[in-house]
Amino acid sequence: MTYIAKPKVHHPSLQRNAIGLTRRDYEGAITTLCAGCGHDSITAAIIQAFWELSVPPHTVAKLSGIGCSSKTPAYFLREAHGFNAVHGRMPAIATGAGAANAGLMMIGVSGDGDSLSIGLGQLSHAIRRNVDILYLLENNGVYGLTKGQFSASADPGSTSKKGEVNTMEAIDGVLLALTLGATFVARSFSGDKAQLVPLIQAGLAHKGFAFIDIISPCVTFNDHEGSTKSYAYTREHQVEVVQADFIAPREAITSEQDAGTVKSVMLHDGSWVTLHKVADSYDPTDRDRAYAYIRERQKVNEVLTGLLYIASDSKDMAEQHELPDQPLAGLPFEQLCPGSAELEKLQARFR
Amino acid sequence: MSQINDFAFKIATANGTGSASANGLIMQAIFRMGVPVTGKNVFPSNIQGLPTWYEIRVSKDGYTARTPHFDLMAALNPATYATDVAEVRSGGWLLHDSTWPLDETLKRPDVTYLGVPLAEMCNAAFKGVRERILMKNIACAGALAALLGMDTGIIKGLTREKFSKKPALLDSNAKAIALGFDYATAHFDCPLPIRLEPMDETKDSILIDGNTAAGLGAVYAGATVGAWYPITPSTSLMEAFKGFCQKYRRDEATKRNRYAIIQAEDELAAIGMVIGASWAGARAFTPTSGPGISLMNEFIGLAYYAEVPAVLFDVQRAGPSTGMPTRTQQCDLLLCAYASHGDTRHICLYPADPREAFEMAVHAFDLAERFQTPVFVLSDLDIGMNDWMVPKLAWDDGYRPDRGKVLSAAELDQAKRFYRYLDVDGDGIPQRTLPGVHPKGAYFTRGSGHNKYGAYTEDADEYEEVMERLARKIQSAAKAVPAPVVRKAAAPTTLGLITVGGCHAACMEAIDVMAKDGIALDYLRVRGFPFGDEVHEFVRQHDVTFVVEQNRDAQLRSLLMLETGAGVAAFESVRYYAGFPMSAHHVIAGVKAKLERAA
Ligand SMILES: Cc1ncc(C[n+]2csc(CCOP(=O)(O)OP(=O)(O)O)c2C)c(N)n1
Ligand code: SF4
Ligand SMILES: [Mg+2]
Repeated sequence: MTYIAKPKVHHPSLQRNAIGLTRRDYEGAITTLCAGCGHDSITAAIIQAFWELSVPPHTVAKLSGIGCSSKTPAYFLREAHGFNAVHGRMPAIATGAGAANAGLMMIGVSGDGDSLSIGLGQLSHAIRRNVDILYLLENNGVYGLTKGQFSASADPGSTSKKGEVNTMEAIDGVLLALTLGATFVARSFSGDKAQLVPLIQAGLAHKGFAFIDIISPCVTFNDHEGSTKSYAYTREHQVEVVQADFIAPREAITSEQDAGTVKSVMLHDGSWVTLHKVADSYDPTDRDRAYAYIRERQKVNEVLTGLLYIASDSKDMAEQHELPDQPLAGLPFEQLCPGSAELEKLQARFR
Repeated sequence: MSQINDFAFKIATANGTGSASANGLIMQAIFRMGVPVTGKNVFPSNIQGLPTWYEIRVSKDGYTARTPHFDLMAALNPATYATDVAEVRSGGWLLHDSTWPLDETLKRPDVTYLGVPLAEMCNAAFKGVRERILMKNIACAGALAALLGMDTGIIKGLTREKFSKKPALLDSNAKAIALGFDYATAHFDCPLPIRLEPMDETKDSILIDGNTAAGLGAVYAGATVGAWYPITPSTSLMEAFKGFCQKYRRDEATKRNRYAIIQAEDELAAIGMVIGASWAGARAFTPTSGPGISLMNEFIGLAYYAEVPAVLFDVQRAGPSTGMPTRTQQCDLLLCAYASHGDTRHICLYPADPREAFEMAVHAFDLAERFQTPVFVLSDLDIGMNDWMVPKLAWDDGYRPDRGKVLSAAELDQAKRFYRYLDVDGDGIPQRTLPGVHPKGAYFTRGSGHNKYGAYTEDADEYEEVMERLARKIQSAAKAVPAPVVRKAAAPTTLGLITVGGCHAACMEAIDVMAKDGIALDYLRVRGFPFGDEVHEFVRQHDVTFVVEQNRDAQLRSLLMLETGAGVAAFESVRYYAGFPMSAHHVIAGVKAKLERAA
């Protein structure tokens, strides 16, 4: 992960957001990924999403594991603290950081190897705890960084670049997340920025674990014929079932946005997602039906995308632990230490 | 020969029969008589039905080490009669339940048998199977009270305190105690030559286990995040922390907690959570034991290299692998000192008893934050789970946590630029920032190669520069860890003895005994790693240094050799690692054997 500082020259025409920042202010170091790597497109969507939301970059913590995908937090939000954990273990870092400072806006970036193989346990338990984080799984069906081995998300029957056939079932992050009780589950495609940006925004506003599985082709090791994670395959098989629009708290829902809307769901911070149903029988607020529908369409090789499930009653980890409004990390010592008189009193118990 | 306030006895039962409460009662009664006392619970890795022993040593001289010589045995578990009978010293006593006849083959001519019909009396006095079993243990305590000359007023007082809110239990306990007491008084010559007399040696002490003390220390240190995965013998540390937090950190008005305890999915996650929480600015810790430390290794290296504070309590148990989960050992000394792949070295603290466990718990958080690195507190099952008589815990209200070089928003505002791993003031410790505080504070925390500016690097010089600074930083902690405890022999000697942790009590007693035999030993107990100058000097000053420890492979000796550069000839290793706490006789036998060989 070579760190090349990007010249921070502002083009006068760059537009400023509500807090006076340009897109450039949401960038990071220059990417060192392969040209055309899906992960870079996701980085661009992340930058766009944060810029549009006018989030002060330093209020964000960006976390990742290990892999090409996990390198990407270096490429956005240079003024945010980053944490490159060990392979597959970012969820634990996020859980601890979230407990210490529930006020941090956390974004986690991971890969299919990082999340579904070595880190499957940690991902599952972070979902179960409903840690308040936007978790992006940049899914390319291979281990990019170790040069193209199949990952656990590789579909049965798909072939590697060298022509080997994968014979095992895939672990599907979306189905997994739904099963484990995730409160926000989406799938998208690195090549569909229009879909991705509002999903990222809604995921950031969601209180609890927001999971987005993003098909993100590896141009170097998994973009060939026979791959089900290639640009061509995904473009051909992607079906958007629920298109989500994100509406920030200060904006009013217009009638235009309302048209064709199945449902509007208010998020914790007062923002809204409006869900436009593209497929008729789909209900993104019904976990079981969502699961069944995704499963059914998978059988005919459809890759369903969009905001697939959202729970309106999400209770995140901080709430479950009844944490105070002020971050634990910032509580004054006087509120934590019982003091000498209390120690004296307590010790009667030990006599 | 009478042995007043100087004897040991053992109670053999099965676990799950309520013996713990009877044992606790006896311990506490002796303690309240002002007589120095220690108890060791020997229990199986099992929930119900397997043999359990409780060993109580009474020592007017204040020796608290385990002794394997028992003057009296209360053999209440038929399954272990044979070994229990064999363990009584010649001329000692054996109390057994005479409801059933004792197998003739178990009779020893040199032991006095004290039969008390415990089951018969309790079956007559109590209803229900469960109560009858529980009260048998209490009745036995009553018999022991008579035999050993315990103060009955104190026992009554204790049961009243304990069951003040449960009058039915108070009644049955009082009844059971009286059954045993009266029977013993009527049938035996009470008290026995081994007996108690009131002293005034315990008024400034408490009876506490090390896990409770360490959990309390974490509360006093201001720790707010605890992450853990249950494992014997560390579990009660987190349970204690939780109990104290519920008492001191719960705001009932707002229904909010000033702490978070996260039961992780495994130890990999537990240490990750600690690192994440510390990175975000909280004082965070995890209690575990050897198997947990093994799992945590990868993350420990990250915290070392990325310089994130973390506090780990390793309550050691007998390894390797699952080993003997309910037996004690000091077998993780090397593991913790150099945990994780690559070049790493860690600050370790070694409490010798629960009081030090409390103090070192607090100290550990200061060191972790000051040096921005993982800190290990290595206690063991004996310290962690047994009740020790220690001086009362003290707290200085002037204490303020040492948060280390954490830059505030105001400082960052003033700063021109911030570089995470720059040694700005030459002490090897860089400045740190917390997420969410200030745009200028941002940096990328990574376990991959980085230069002093915090940027990724594969450059040879840049990499080495950071690694060298890290080595200096950890070495400088040698001056900040607790100084060793040193006790010089009365006369000058060329022989030294070094030990660690819970072996302290056995070594002190052994040195006293050997001094009477004309063997003079200077004594040093290491309390922190890296070792400070005193440790290096002590080794240099003695021709031979005995190293006393509880593991097979002489890990402390290895550490001393590695770190002081002294050769193998400078040391004689004395080890006992079979799972019970070290006794003075192990030390004496070990030292004498080596001396005789040398002579
Ligand atoms: C403990 C450990 N084992 C193995 C590795 C080697 N490794 C680095 S990245 C990686 C796979 C990454 O795959 P994925 O998460 O899918 O990321 P991608 O590169 O495809 O974006 C592996 C196996 C490691 N860093 N750590
Ligand atoms: S190897 Fe694949 S995943 Fe890695 S940077 Fe290149 S294209 Fe992206
Ligand atoms: Mg991958």
